Amino acid sequence: MLAADRLSLVRGGARVVDNLSARLEPGTITAIVGPNGAGKSSLLLGLAGLLAPASGQVTLDGSNLADMPPRTRAQAIGYLPQASDIAWDVAVENLVALGRMPWRDRGTEAIEAAIAALALEGLRQRPASRLSGGERARVLLARVLAGNPRWVLADEPLAALDLAHQLALVAHLRNCARAGQGVVVVVHDLALAMNHADRVLVLDGGRLVIDGAPETALSPEVIAQVWGVSAQWLGEPGARALASGSKRK
Amino acid sequence: MNRASVVFALLLAVLLPLSLLAGRAWIDPFDVAASGPNAALILAELRLPRAMLAVVVGAGLGAAGAAMQGYLRNPLADPGLFGIAPMAALGAVASFWLAPLIPPAWGAWSLPVLALAGAGAGMAALALIAGRAAADAQTGAGGGIALFTLAGLMIASLAGALTALAITLAPNPFALSEIVMWLNGALTDRSWREVAIAAPLVAAGITVLALAARSLDALTLGEEAARSLGLDPARLLLLLVAGVGLTVGAGVAVAGIIGFVGLVVPHLVRPLTDRLPSSLILPSALAGACLVLAADSIVRILPLVTELRLGIALSLIGAPFFLWLLIKMRRGRL
Repeated sequence: MLAADRLSLVRGGARVVDNLSARLEPGTITAIVGPNGAGKSSLLLGLAGLLAPASGQVTLDGSNLADMPPRTRAQAIGYLPQASDIAWDVAVENLVALGRMPWRDRGTEAIEAAIAALALEGLRQRPASRLSGGERARVLLARVLAGNPRWVLADEPLAALDLAHQLALVAHLRNCARAGQGVVVVVHDLALAMNHADRVLVLDGGRLVIDGAPETALSPEVIAQVWGVSAQWLGEPGARALASGSKRK
Repeated sequence: MNRASVVFALLLAVLLPLSLLAGRAWIDPFDVAASGPNAALILAELRLPRAMLAVVVGAGLGAAGAAMQGYLRNPLADPGLFGIAPMAALGAVASFWLAPLIPPAWGAWSLPVLALAGAGAGMAALALIAGRAAADAQTGAGGGIALFTLAGLMIASLAGALTALAITLAPNPFALSEIVMWLNGALTDRSWREVAIAAPLVAAGITVLALAARSLDALTLGEEAARSLGLDPARLLLLLVAGVGLTVGAGVAVAGIIGFVGLVVPHLVRPLTDRLPSSLILPSALAGACLVLAADSIVRILPLVTELRLGIALSLIGAPFFLWLLIKMRRGRL
């Protein structure tokens, strides 16, 4: 279990996450949502152990992340940042292999499994500069999966992807959860959270507004309160669409 | 050993004997004695140490350049950005000033030792800032690599200003001309003593940089992704400061400032590798050795009244190369 216990985070002198507690279960997809500047990415960094708590703590199966050696933490928690800038024109296969760094081995099997899971067999030798947005997103997720982490934390992995690629990537994340990995994603699109997450954390101004099943956490009342927009859900569970009306005063 | 290492090792194996034969007095490889009464002496006491020094200095600068580009994730980065070379130069310039105070027996050692002390002071300042910058990244205070680079530039400009001041206030015209000549970087009139000073330090520096290689690979994905892979930013910074400090500091201590090698060499190597920073360090050391050796042999045989300084020659080659890189970068082909 990955748990935040009265966690506060400070970035650039500002408190971006305030006294937040949540317990995340492996084998599920948890979505973190909230308006711009709500502290979603900071919370994910904190959960990944990459941003030291100003107060409170993050624990992984009872051990404090802050006390864990970086390599041990890296073996357990894979993190996919939002910015996907790749500095050098490295071939796909070598990029995915970077995911083995925490283990200091070649990990051929894990790399092959990650390449197969994200259907990258045909792109092995392709340099990063010649990948489309969708291919790049798959490669970067494969890099995380190659490390066989128990937790996959991804910051807006679906942004900048078209509908088909979004759904394909969500299916890959669902496979991870089915395999017992804990998946935590920051998403902007509330419909994606509604339809594909098992659980949703809604953040506003660094505080946890509500934590629960998508239907409860993303009710029209919560959306009105947090985003200031009157909206309603259309369609059936699992295939919901958000019809947003006017901005509330 | 990857393909690039083999290519540049072979090139070095060809260049090294050629460089020994080339010069104002050409030596016949099949009959050394026929090339003049002093040919054997020229080979053993002038050409060989000079060639070895070119190899050592070039290897250090090449490896440091590859590591710096990997660390800053920027193909236009250069070891000069850390400010270690200007600090070493400042130390060397100080030795011209302190010359009257130094016992004659130590005179020959004062320049390299003070240059190394300058490089060491630069490294210490950077290490202090490095610890701070790494802690900042962990607590979200921002800065990180960018802040560290700016600190390096600040050290470089301060050292440059102090060096300029030392030149302006030079104790006598002789010292002035010595300082200016020395700052331009050259391998003229060097002996085995300089090789003995630089070789172990450069070898240690390249070893330290090689230790940082895998961490540099992780940085390909960005600072946060690299940290998520278990990279320890403080350890990497310290390895880099030590590695670049040793290679560049030792190079400046024995040869003066030789620019552009660290910038140019990784670009010659990169197309022959998988482009990960770790595959570049050793071949860049070999390619740097080739470049400095070739350039030094060329300045030696140019028919000029006085020998063209190596530092000037490499800058003359390096500046247009830099422009070419910028154009290539604008077209997105870097």
